[in-house]
Amino acid sequence: MSNDPHIPPGPTRPDPVFTPDAIFFWEGAARGELLGQRCADCRKITFPPRPMCPACHSVKRETVRLSGRGTVASWVIPRHPAPIGFPEAPIVALIELEEGIRMVSNVIDVAASDMKGGIAVEVRFAPTRGGKAVPVFAPAGGGSRG
Amino acid sequence: MAKFAAIAGIGQTEFSKNSGRSELQLAAEASRAALDDAGIDPADVDGMITFTIDNNDEIGLARCLGVKDLGWATRIPGGGAASVATIHQAAAAVTSGACEVVVVWRAMNERSQYRFGQPMAPAGGGLVNVAGNGTGSLLWCMPFGAQTPASWAALSAGHYMERFGVTNRDLGYVSVAQRKYAATNPLAWFYGKPITLADHQASKWIVEPVLRLLDCCQESDGGVAIVITSLERAKDLKQKPVRIAASAQSIPAEVEVISNYYHADLDVMPEAQGVAKRLYERSGLTPQDMQLAMLYDAFTPQVLVQLEAFGFCGQGEAKDFVKGGNIEVGGTLPVNTNGGLIGEAYIHGMNNITEAVRQLRGTASNQVAKMTNALVSCGMAGAILSNS
Repeated sequence: MSNDPHIPPGPTRPDPVFTPDAIFFWEGAARGELLGQRCADCRKITFPPRPMCPACHSVKRETVRLSGRGTVASWVIPRHPAPIGFPEAPIVALIELEEGIRMVSNVIDVAASDMKGGIAVEVRFAPTRGGKAVPVFAPAGGGSRG
Repeated sequence: MAKFAAIAGIGQTEFSKNSGRSELQLAAEASRAALDDAGIDPADVDGMITFTIDNNDEIGLARCLGVKDLGWATRIPGGGAASVATIHQAAAAVTSGACEVVVVWRAMNERSQYRFGQPMAPAGGGLVNVAGNGTGSLLWCMPFGAQTPASWAALSAGHYMERFGVTNRDLGYVSVAQRKYAATNPLAWFYGKPITLADHQASKWIVEPVLRLLDCCQESDGGVAIVITSLERAKDLKQKPVRIAASAQSIPAEVEVISNYYHADLDVMPEAQGVAKRLYERSGLTPQDMQLAMLYDAFTPQVLVQLEAFGFCGQGEAKDFVKGGNIEVGGTLPVNTNGGLIGEAYIHGMNNITEAVRQLRGTASNQVAKMTNALVSCGMAGAILSNS
């Protein structure tokens, strides 16, 4: 870590915004769990979270532990303006999870020059400045070569 | 009840980076110009439509115009992606008999008063971006560093570009063509300032490896207004009417504004496909019947996927369609002949509608020969405008 007294220690990543229908997701992330939302009646998994199943219209929602394994569908590096809360430009990626849902996240532990669509990734967790956490992804098996 | 509605008047302020006056004044000046253009007394306006995120208030604008009795006021969600829905819903209101004269407006000081599209960190914590209101962007993108419309749009385009081998250099041809139009359009901010592909490639990365600075629309101050009434009434007014031959909105399942990550096929723009289907069905026209397309161009990749969604070329072919010069004057399908939101100004899509009207009247700076039908699309809404 930096010894520069002007840089406060600890995470700088922005906190997630908690909304009523997605509290379970962020509370799970804070515990190091990647949780999905499933219909308790027809078992359809949906993302982003919602209070009603679009398939059977049940409001009985349940959380399920997701595998945390997926592939990169798309990726970018935001350069300007510099993203707030990121000392270095992150790799932002759209992750397609094994369960058939997609979510926006980051890919860590990989060089930008090695990024491409389709690489296999698995979940990690990154802390945020307010003591929460978000799911991020690293190349599966610890390697970065596709 | 009227069968068709028509655009009877268009108006605008100058497009700048610092208007020096309030957004309400911009709205009032643009509205008055549009009503003068139509030859309608502002007192007779009985309908008003704008965006949900326009900062001006219907009563405030009616107070400026001296409107006697407003009978219809509504707002459209979806930001610029729904800009053409303003005239769609105005046409629906007019043809249903709910009102007779609708003023549609959008006015913003999005360069001088605030920086529309840039994230802000309020004192209470978290991050906000006014350009992301109503979408999932805030919740599911911000903590990962995707905090701007450019980053959301780039992430959305990445899968399509990788699949069809579209490079940032390919996108440059869109930007160069539009800046060429803007260079000969005195209304454009970039009037007299064409760019080369080398300029495009030398501009800084906004979102690597998809968008450079010259792939992005401008930030502009200005106002645009459009007057819609029945075709019958429009025929008796000052201008030759521009008929709304068909109009449509489409918000398909799991589609969001810009942050479009959750629908089945990432390589298409489902909302534009939905708009295209409805427009062609409702008008009985085909892509070959269009002499002009005004395609929402907040960012260059959006032009490519709209060209494909509206059937002007096959899937994955848009980059070569653009590179072949088809979208320039004299090409098979001139596109964004005012310079678009990239070259003329970013009045949230509304200035692309007024350009279609000028083209159909025969008064555009980069006039297309033998205009009959123009397609105007903003992704989640569209219209086919006609001078016949």
